[in-house]
Amino acid sequence: MKILVLLKRVPDTEARILINQEGTGINEQGVKFVINTYDEYGIEQGLRIREQVGGDSKVTVVCMGPGEATELIRTALAMGADDAVHICDPALGKPDPFTSAIILAKAITDEGFDIIFCGKQAIDDDMAQVQSILAEMLDIPQVNVVAVFELSDDGTKATVRRRIEGGDEKVEARLPAIFSCEKGLNEPRYASLPGIMKAKKKEIRTKTLADLGFGEVPGGTRSRVLKWLPLPKGAECRMVEAEEMKDAVAELARLLREEAKVI
Amino acid sequence: MTNDVLVFGEIRNGELKKVTKELIGAARLITEGTGGNVDAILIGKDAGSAAEQISDFGLRTITVAGDGILDNYSTEGYAKVFSEVVKAGSPAYVLLGATAMGRDLGPRVTARVDGVMFSDCVDLRFEEGRCVVKRPVYSGKLFIEIAPEGEWTTFISIRPNNLPPAGPSGGAAEIVQRPAGVTAESIRAIATEIIALSGGRPDITEAEIIIAGGRAIKGASNFRIINELADLLGGAVGASRAAVDAGYADQAIQVGQTGKVVNPKLYIACGISGAIQHLAGMRTSRVIVAINKDPNAPIFEKSNFGIVGDLFEVVPMLTGEIKTML
Repeated sequence: MKILVLLKRVPDTEARILINQEGTGINEQGVKFVINTYDEYGIEQGLRIREQVGGDSKVTVVCMGPGEATELIRTALAMGADDAVHICDPALGKPDPFTSAIILAKAITDEGFDIIFCGKQAIDDDMAQVQSILAEMLDIPQVNVVAVFELSDDGTKATVRRRIEGGDEKVEARLPAIFSCEKGLNEPRYASLPGIMKAKKKEIRTKTLADLGFGEVPGGTRSRVLKWLPLPKGAECRMVEAEEMKDAVAELARLLREEAKVI
Repeated sequence: MTNDVLVFGEIRNGELKKVTKELIGAARLITEGTGGNVDAILIGKDAGSAAEQISDFGLRTITVAGDGILDNYSTEGYAKVFSEVVKAGSPAYVLLGATAMGRDLGPRVTARVDGVMFSDCVDLRFEEGRCVVKRPVYSGKLFIEIAPEGEWTTFISIRPNNLPPAGPSGGAAEIVQRPAGVTAESIRAIATEIIALSGGRPDITEAEIIIAGGRAIKGASNFRIINELADLLGGAVGASRAAVDAGYADQAIQVGQTGKVVNPKLYIACGISGAIQHLAGMRTSRVIVAINKDPNAPIFEKSNFGIVGDLFEVVPMLTGEIKTML
C-alpha cells in the first residue's frame, strides 16, 4: 500500500507571534519552527497502517516549504517514513490554499497513492482547506478531523470517526481517500536514535515548480491580505478581594450578574 | 457573476442551527452594499421544515434538497447539489458556518466552482465594492483582514456566536425543491451514525458559558466541581491542554491552539495558568474570569475578573453563591 503523508513547517504552538515592522506578515526572527502538530498524527497513522498492511507498503512524506523544512522532513523520516518529496521553490513564497493544492495534486499524482493523511489544519494560516481542495482535484473522498481510524482487513475501505460539535460522526470511506487528522487520533512516536541514523540515508526528492511542469506559480491571485492586526488589549483585570474568601466569591457572583450581566 | 449572496443553512436534529440566522444577518449586510438578493440552501433530512423557520427572513428563494440519499451527511452528496446551485445562481458570495460541516463542505465546493474561500471569519464589512473579512491566524494569536481579488465566487465561513442573528423581516421566500441528483454508488464516503460525546452539555464551540479546568484540577474525578457549575449555568465544560495531556479530560473539550477555539459570553478559567496556546483559544470570550492560586499567573492579564485562591475552595463556593441568585 502506498501511503502519503502531507507535512507543513509552522511556528511552534508555544511561540510568541508578532507582526513584522513592515506590517506584512509575522516576524520570524527567533521563532522556532516545527512539524505542524496535526501532521504528526498523520505521520503516525501512516506508519501504523504500513505496519498493519505490511508487504511492500511504503510511507512517503510530501512537504511543500522552504529549504529549512528539510530538517523537519528528516524528523519524519527518523520517525519511520520511508522517503520524501520536498517541493521547494523560491517563487512559492506563502502560497494560498488553491496554489498549494494544485501543486500538491501534481506531485501526488506523479507519486501515486492509495491513502493520504494530513493534519486537520495548519496552525499558521488556519484555513483548513488544502486537503479538501486536493480531494476535489484528485477526485477522491475526504474525511476531515479524524479522531479514530480503522482500516478494513482487505484494505479497500476505512471506518473512521470524525469530530463534530458535541460528538463524533462515524464515516465509512472507500479508498483511495484523504484523511485529515485530529489530535488524539494516536500518540505520535518519537524518533529513535537508530531511526535518526537511518533517516540520514533516506531519499528526499527535491522538486521545483519546473520539475513538476509548472512554468509559473499556478492558481492565480484570488485574495489579498489588507492588514495584519495584533490582538486588542484586554480590559484591565479587576481583582476581587476580601478578608474572607466567601465574601470575595459573593462579590464575583454579583459582578457577573449585575455588572457584566453574563449569568 | 450576480450581486447575490447564498447562505448555506445547517440543520442538526431537525433544528436550524443558530449560526444560520447569523449568516443571514451577514448576507443582508453584504447585499446592502451589492444591491443583490439573499438566497438560502438547505440540504438533508428536515430541510423542508427548517425552511419554514426562515421563510419570512426576507430571502428571495430557499432551495430545499431533502432526498433520502441526503439524510446522512456526505461531502460528495452535499457538494454535488450545493455546487450546482452555486453554478446556476452565480452568487458573488456564499456564506457558511465555520462548523464541522461548513469546514468540510466549504473548501470542496469552492474547489468545484473554482472560487476562493476565507475560513473561520469573525467579522466582515462591505467596502470599495467587495467584502473585507477579519479572521484569526496563528490560532488566534493575530488577526488579518483579507479580501477577494478579482472575479471569484467568494466563500466565507463564519464562526458561530460572532455576529448578531437576523430576525424575521417579512416577505415569503419562494421554496424551490431540488433533487439530490446523486446515486448511492457515487458517494464514496458517508456518515453512518452520530455518537454523542458531551453528556448532554452544549458543545464548547457553541456554548454561551464555558467553565474550564486546568492542570491544578489534579485528577479526572475532580472535574465534578467544574461540571456542577457548568450544569447550573447551562454551560459547557472545557479543559486546558495540560489537563488533557495529564489524562484529566477528553481531548474533545480542549480549549486552545491544538484544541478548540471558543467564543462564549462567559469563560471561567479554573486553575489554568494561561499559556500562550491556551489564550489563543479563548481570549475573544466576552467576559473572562480567572480563578488561580498564583497571583502572577498570566491568565489574569487577559481576564476581566480575577480571584486569587484555590479552585477547590472557590469553585464550589461560587456554585453555591450563584444557586442562591438564580
